[in-house]
Amino acid sequence: MTTLTLAKALNAGLRRALADDDKVVLMGEDIGTLGGVFRVTDGLKAEFGAKRVVDTPLSEAGIVGTAVGLAYRGFRPVIEIQFDGFIYPGFDQIVAQVAKLHYRSRGNVRMPITIRVPFGGGIGAAEHHSESPEAYFAHTAGLRVVACSNPADAYLMVRQAIASDDPVLFFEPKRRYHVKGEVDETASLADARPMGVATTVTTGSDVTLVTYGALVQTARDVATAAAEDGVSIEVIDLRSLAPVDYATVEASVRRTGRLVITHEAGQQGGVGAELAASITERCFEFLEAAPVRVTGHDIPYPPAKLERHHLPDLDRILDGIDRVLGRPNSLSGVEA
Amino acid sequence: MTPSDRDATGLLTRPDDFVQLVTPTGERHANAEFDPWIADIDLGALGRLYRDMAIVRRIDSEATALQRQGELGLWPPLAGQEAAQIGAGRALRDDDFIFSSYREHALAWVRGVEPAELLSVWRGTAASGWNPFEHGMAVPQIIIGAQALHATGYAMGAAWEGSDAAAITFFGDGATSEGDVNEALVFAASFDAPVVFFCQNNQWAISEPVGLQSKQHLARRADGFGMPGVRVDGNDVLAVLAATRIALDRARRGEGPTFIEAVTYRMGPHTTADDPKRYRTDDELAEWRERDPLARVLALLEASGVDVAGLEREVAADADRAAAELRAAITTIADPAPLTVFDHVYAEPNSHVERQREHYTRYLAMFEDASTEHSTDAAASETAEGGAR
Repeated sequence: MTTLTLAKALNAGLRRALADDDKVVLMGEDIGTLGGVFRVTDGLKAEFGAKRVVDTPLSEAGIVGTAVGLAYRGFRPVIEIQFDGFIYPGFDQIVAQVAKLHYRSRGNVRMPITIRVPFGGGIGAAEHHSESPEAYFAHTAGLRVVACSNPADAYLMVRQAIASDDPVLFFEPKRRYHVKGEVDETASLADARPMGVATTVTTGSDVTLVTYGALVQTARDVATAAAEDGVSIEVIDLRSLAPVDYATVEASVRRTGRLVITHEAGQQGGVGAELAASITERCFEFLEAAPVRVTGHDIPYPPAKLERHHLPDLDRILDGIDRVLGRPNSLSGVEA
Repeated sequence: MTPSDRDATGLLTRPDDFVQLVTPTGERHANAEFDPWIADIDLGALGRLYRDMAIVRRIDSEATALQRQGELGLWPPLAGQEAAQIGAGRALRDDDFIFSSYREHALAWVRGVEPAELLSVWRGTAASGWNPFEHGMAVPQIIIGAQALHATGYAMGAAWEGSDAAAITFFGDGATSEGDVNEALVFAASFDAPVVFFCQNNQWAISEPVGLQSKQHLARRADGFGMPGVRVDGNDVLAVLAATRIALDRARRGEGPTFIEAVTYRMGPHTTADDPKRYRTDDELAEWRERDPLARVLALLEASGVDVAGLEREVAADADRAAAELRAAITTIADPAPLTVFDHVYAEPNSHVERQREHYTRYLAMFEDASTEHSTDAAASETAEGGAR
């Protein structure tokens, strides 16, 4: 076991993938000489050369579109989108090409492309640097969407994403890049938990709290705080947003009878909406209360000084727990 | 340059603005730069280029007829662009890779795509007809210009592998306004990618004249991206062949990309769903008919002493045979089984799609006659076959 930050764990995972398969190429803006604005690719260009770790022109459509061509040629491109809010110029190539080429070609052309996206807020950044665009991609057939939350998962999941023959949107919780954790660098992919399977982070009996990315750590804190109040919370780190591991979530909700979902992204059409609807369809008779969502507001990401009023935090999630338990809460007395 | 050099749309139209080796009346112009690249094209080879063009023209008109008869949902005719596509296609090596739009039926023909493979997309039975790796040609691209980036990436990869194979991408004048094409030009130039940008300027992007896309010749844009741009008469198969060979040679020698603007004309509608009478005149069409790509080759052959009547008869028979094969192929294209709608969404097993497939299988089974052997089991086994791939 090695103690690594989440960013260093990703770096180690990428290094391993580059070493294991010479068809793996990293592409992105400032990822080579600089090592990425978050240093996730630090040192990799020096180690593997400019044809494996490629500094590209500033063009997200260009990066994704050339990756499609490289995949046609048999490569396994790993793209870094510098910030979440910069992904939109590449959106067409992602949803119209990367997502659909396997289907369009009737399985003849594979798109084993990994698109790494540092996502989420909480870092006091300028506009377009704190977004959570995962729902767009979870909505798009042909893409897999995952989010890591800790160094151990980051190390394995990025390798799994690269090894996948399907395109993967890989969301990295940028405000947790510097959180440290134990990473087993000898772990083999064959033994690792598949990236499509959720993790039960803490077990509990009263409420199932589902989240992913940066909020997993917050959800742990929620479970601790709630326990002091006599409420037992089961925290699930979803890890995969498309497809969702409903088996794990459903089994938990059947025991707890209560579901709270939290994410930084807005509520409208979000991952939480899909999860609430699907769980309600699957095990309505086990629910003691309507599922509750604690999400970012449906607003453009606000200026840094206001982001604490946008992001779900410990107290807002605890308020959601109170709502699902029918305790006094922010919506008490408010008609639906 | 005088105002008379421009037509009503602002397009530059001086005939000597492009490289032309064969005039519309079949006169051969000498060109010191281009001629060495087609020195091997003797009268026999020229006859074969004529044959290529005549056959694809016939396939194209037959496909339009099939659409009118209800056998195809849609067809985007290539009529008028035979020289641009055949000239480029015959310049390629087998290991070069084509990234085209949806109108490059002549390229598909050059690459040996079977008639049924060509038609299935337009009949609506499949999202693509052929396996790209069997023909060195990507599946057709409908998003305008997106394929230019794919060709560039493919070429970058080929170069990184040490191969001297090249990629070539086909797009139209309309696509030159798309970000993807411009970004592809940036990437290709920066990485010296062995890729040829082949722009068929057919004057019209559905109803929009090329003057709306550009106030100057498209080939001139290449200079700003740091690559050579060449403007050829796209209705002159020899000029196109030479220009493409020059560009491919540059690519193979590691000298990077080239932009070719082939000036041609879309004689038919954008697709069979389009009505060009709403946006262009009969006079314009008549003017371009005078610049027909096939007629000038016949005129040149005739002037060179070839038995043109004999060649025409022979080629017409080949073309009729190709058209008959195309028509016959329609009957071999089976409608896809309902549950194949779920096939190939992902390369690896996907729980979400499998759940929907299972649900829809059960739904369809409700409509099956309980008295026949087609029970839920039959539907389920069909699913298993489809799902296992």
